[in-house]
Amino acid sequence: MGNIAVEIQDVSKRFRLYHQKYTSLKERVIHAGRTPYTELWALRDVGFEVEEGQTVGILGRNGSGKSTLLKCVCGVLQPTEGQVVVRGKLAGLLELGAGFQPDLTGRQNIYLNGSLLGLAKSDIDKVFDDVVAFAELDQFIDNQVKFYSSGMYVRLGFAVAVNVDPDVLVIDEVLAVGDERFQRKCLDRLKEFQNQGRTIIFVSHSPDQVRAICDQAVVLSDGRMVGHGAPGEAVRIFREHLLEAGDILALGHGDDEAAPADEVGPIAVSTTDSSHPIRITEVTVEHPGTGERPYLITGERLTISLQYSAASITTASFVVEIRDDLSKVLLRTESGDLGAPLEIASGTGTVSFQWATFPFLDGVYHVSAGVEHRAGGRLYDWKESAAKLEVMNPTKNVGLINLPVAVTLVPDR
Amino acid sequence: MALEAPAASGVAGRAKATRVVASHISVPRRVAEIWRSRQLLINLVSTEIRVKYKNSILGLVWSLLAPAMALLVYAIVFGVALKNGYPEFVILLFSGLLAWNLFQTSVLAATGAIVNNAGLVKKVSFPREILALASVGSASVFFFFQACVMVIFLVALHWRPAFGELWLIPVALVPLLVLCSAMAIFLSAVNVYLRDIQHLTEVVVGSAWFWACPIVYSFAHIVEPKLSTHHILGIPLIWIYFLNPMVPIVLTFERVLYAKTGLVPLTTAGHTPTQLLPTWGSMTYVELDAIVLGVSLIFLYVAMVVFGRLAGNFAEEL
Repeated sequence: MGNIAVEIQDVSKRFRLYHQKYTSLKERVIHAGRTPYTELWALRDVGFEVEEGQTVGILGRNGSGKSTLLKCVCGVLQPTEGQVVVRGKLAGLLELGAGFQPDLTGRQNIYLNGSLLGLAKSDIDKVFDDVVAFAELDQFIDNQVKFYSSGMYVRLGFAVAVNVDPDVLVIDEVLAVGDERFQRKCLDRLKEFQNQGRTIIFVSHSPDQVRAICDQAVVLSDGRMVGHGAPGEAVRIFREHLLEAGDILALGHGDDEAAPADEVGPIAVSTTDSSHPIRITEVTVEHPGTGERPYLITGERLTISLQYSAASITTASFVVEIRDDLSKVLLRTESGDLGAPLEIASGTGTVSFQWATFPFLDGVYHVSAGVEHRAGGRLYDWKESAAKLEVMNPTKNVGLINLPVAVTLVPDR
Repeated sequence: MALEAPAASGVAGRAKATRVVASHISVPRRVAEIWRSRQLLINLVSTEIRVKYKNSILGLVWSLLAPAMALLVYAIVFGVALKNGYPEFVILLFSGLLAWNLFQTSVLAATGAIVNNAGLVKKVSFPREILALASVGSASVFFFFQACVMVIFLVALHWRPAFGELWLIPVALVPLLVLCSAMAIFLSAVNVYLRDIQHLTEVVVGSAWFWACPIVYSFAHIVEPKLSTHHILGIPLIWIYFLNPMVPIVLTFERVLYAKTGLVPLTTAGHTPTQLLPTWGSMTYVELDAIVLGVSLIFLYVAMVVFGRLAGNFAEEL
């Protein structure tokens, strides 16, 4: 460890968006010097390092520069400023099956695609059977690729990419290919890659996937890096930025100055204002043992209370999410789905979620809470891992949950 | 792969090349990357050949039809209809066309190489010059097929090329390939920004440039006597004619394959024996080709610099 596999050094990328693009000599001469365009910095001074063997997730909402950054890492785009240094062989999966030549057979395409990814023929000979087996295309490997179904196409693309033996694998939201079984196979292969000490950089819209796979994560917003750190922390920042975006979208006026993009501190001061009609001020966990012991005993009653402060009358739904240590969501409940009142009067108040029994066995659980608009999917506020819940399991049962069970024995006669 | 012990045991220890992605990457570094991607170049060429010929011998025959037709038309127009009287004119024609077709095919195909492979350029990272070079590569394969046909022609017509000067062919071929590569790299990049370069190239390379080469007419018979007596601003016109880098290359091919360096009796009656090829010794050809090589290498460097400047924005321009 300690070796840097990918160094992204203050990378900026400027795009010029032309209102009208002139792409011929004639038009360029006619419109010489007055081609109107707006400049767009898709990336601005993004810099971080990835150690060998680490898996880094890149989070960001649409248009935040995720794909541009990956393209710069792969070398498809060259940064306007700064540079990317990659140590070792890099395989980029920006699009599955890019570079397949429809008129060639699957076999020939494996060789063509392999060499696009930088493999010598002898290397491809070695992995050829693995590629075919992984893609599950034994019968069709000598058919022309144009007769392949789209599923076969992407399977072959993924199979080639993961078999090229890269040091650094770059993946852009292509994990959602094929059926569930094939997806699992892809994830297994990624896990295998991690165990082999390979570096993975991947883009995802799904915070859960990032939490599950990554060692660290980077959050981009409007081309700037607004967060970099452990996945949990990065997800929190990502949610906050989603939040801000929601406000800007909904209000339609310039709130972006009030909330500079590089201000990434946690929402320490939860004040409501016109753009945040409702805030969650505190999340508390209560169980029968509160005050005596820090933990809850499996099967006990659980109450999670959210204190809110609303600036105006709003229609809102409260959300509680409980996750285990591996960030797997165990439970997500929305008050709006439960028939609870949605009209919130201005002022402060408390919303309580009560469970008669909490069946999960021992572990440390994280409680996140949020409040969102019912209709537009707009998130007003989100508190990632706002409270911790420790559970002690008094039974001898192992597993995830404890369910009341009756055991009877009736011998056959 | 999972079964292989070295791959499964980890990748931490192995040697790794460093690659830099930046707005400007020096020419030597890019040349090194092209060299590393030579397998891709070979695969792209073979893909193009395979797709073009659809894996069949008949496909190959079809692809030779166009140059065969050109050869036939010129032979009929100049040899039969206009009666230029050159003995075995078709051999002279073919030897010039052989070199010319390599130039024209590679330049015309390369101009659209980046634009036509937009999908690849946008999604996969590799030295983009490879796409232009692949056009030169497949044109070279095509050149080889035509050369085989040329050999059949020579045998069928009992023509004796200058076997002693056969080594001049590679001497001309090297500058020709460098020139083609330079043109290919330059035009393929510029065409991304100025799409009508494609049409311009078709007009210029497809016709004007062709007629500026001594292919359908003889250099010593037509060009030399007329141009050496005229001057523009004190410069003999013949010098301007030699600004065309294809002239020495075409002449070298004709010298070796047509091989009639002396006075040749024309087949049309009433004409005195005429000089068709220049009377230069071999070293003159070597010198001329060396000049073309030098100029082409400079042009290639310039093309690489221009390509490097433009390549950074290919993915967004396409």
